[in-house]
Amino acid sequence: MHEWALAESVLTAAVETAEKEKLKKITEIKISIGELQQIEQDLFEFALNEIIKQQDKMLKNVKIIIETEESVLKCKNCGHTWKFKDMQKKLKENEAEAIHFIPEVAFVHTRCPRCNSPDFEITIGRGVSITSIKGEK
Amino acid sequence: MDTRISVIDKRLSNIKNVISVASGKGGVGKSLIASSLALILSKKGYKVGLLDLDLYGPSSHIILGVKNVLPEEEKGIIPPKVNNICFMSIVYFTEDKPSPFRGIDVSNIIIELLAITQWGRLDYLVIDMPPGIGDETLDVIRLIKKSRFLVVTTPSKVSMAAVGKLLTLLKELKLPIVGVVENMKMNNSGYVKNIVSKERIRYLGSIPFDTKIEEAIGDPLRLYKTSFMKKLEDIVLSNNIING
Repeated sequence: MHEWALAESVLTAAVETAEKEKLKKITEIKISIGELQQIEQDLFEFALNEIIKQQDKMLKNVKIIIETEESVLKCKNCGHTWKFKDMQKKLKENEAEAIHFIPEVAFVHTRCPRCNSPDFEITIGRGVSITSIKGEK
Repeated sequence: MDTRISVIDKRLSNIKNVISVASGKGGVGKSLIASSLALILSKKGYKVGLLDLDLYGPSSHIILGVKNVLPEEEKGIIPPKVNNICFMSIVYFTEDKPSPFRGIDVSNIIIELLAITQWGRLDYLVIDMPPGIGDETLDVIRLIKKSRFLVVTTPSKVSMAAVGKLLTLLKELKLPIVGVVENMKMNNSGYVKNIVSKERIRYLGSIPFDTKIEEAIGDPLRLYKTSFMKKLEDIVLSNNIING
């Protein structure tokens, strides 16, 4: 499962940040998942928990909060904005899966619903990121 | 916070050597040299990966004749083996459709590919770079610290002008340059060799223009037999580019 690699990157980044901030323990990690990447949250949480079990005490009993962020796209050509979920149903299975792995291939497989331009941007809700970390010094 | 960069070093940790095949100019034969270098290394018994980072015009898959394969999903994505080379390309995700990416998207794709690709143990990772000194080159410099650069040019003054800028940048950043290969040579001019030598960069050798190479594109077994491949192999071996 590809979610494992993303979970691993979240926890590696969290530990790196905690070390920079000289935290002895991480108590809470808040994670945002952008809708565009279509992460399977169950798999992602399973991977997080499995990796935490293998990690040192810095992550012991850490509270993980996962929030999903709606994905909003904006056309650079005509200015139209739209949500990924509005167009998700029109995607073929292989196209949706490609966007799951590499969200930017949305520019390859989808177009602006108003003017059909491929020149749009992902305003919010691209992929996985950490929004906050809490810990003890 | 973007978390992906933190895990890239780990993904590359079991790769002994990274060679980025680069040029300031397009159309000089980077992809052919990168793919052929991967084939040569694989034939010598090394574990080899090939990463096509030309996101707008990927072509390594055409040269190697890659068809009907996709990465496997296992704690990330595992590149399929093609001619015994672990091969990763954006083409698995674009289905070879036009790819209109802006600079920020190019960086995001490279970071995502490096963060999720599970290469495993490799002796060599060869990177087929796009032309120029834009996002892809800057990202490889930023994210793949152990990369060495093999620079390709043609004998053309136009090509060498752009390649000179890449060489100047690599030197300024004190990055390891394997040397320069002069491809598609058609006469005995010493123009490129003189410029490269003056810059105290290794001139690795020249490959004559091979009129039959096009017939071997897409067929690695035929590629092995071309004069292009034999000459590249000579260059690789005589310059000790392979170091284990």
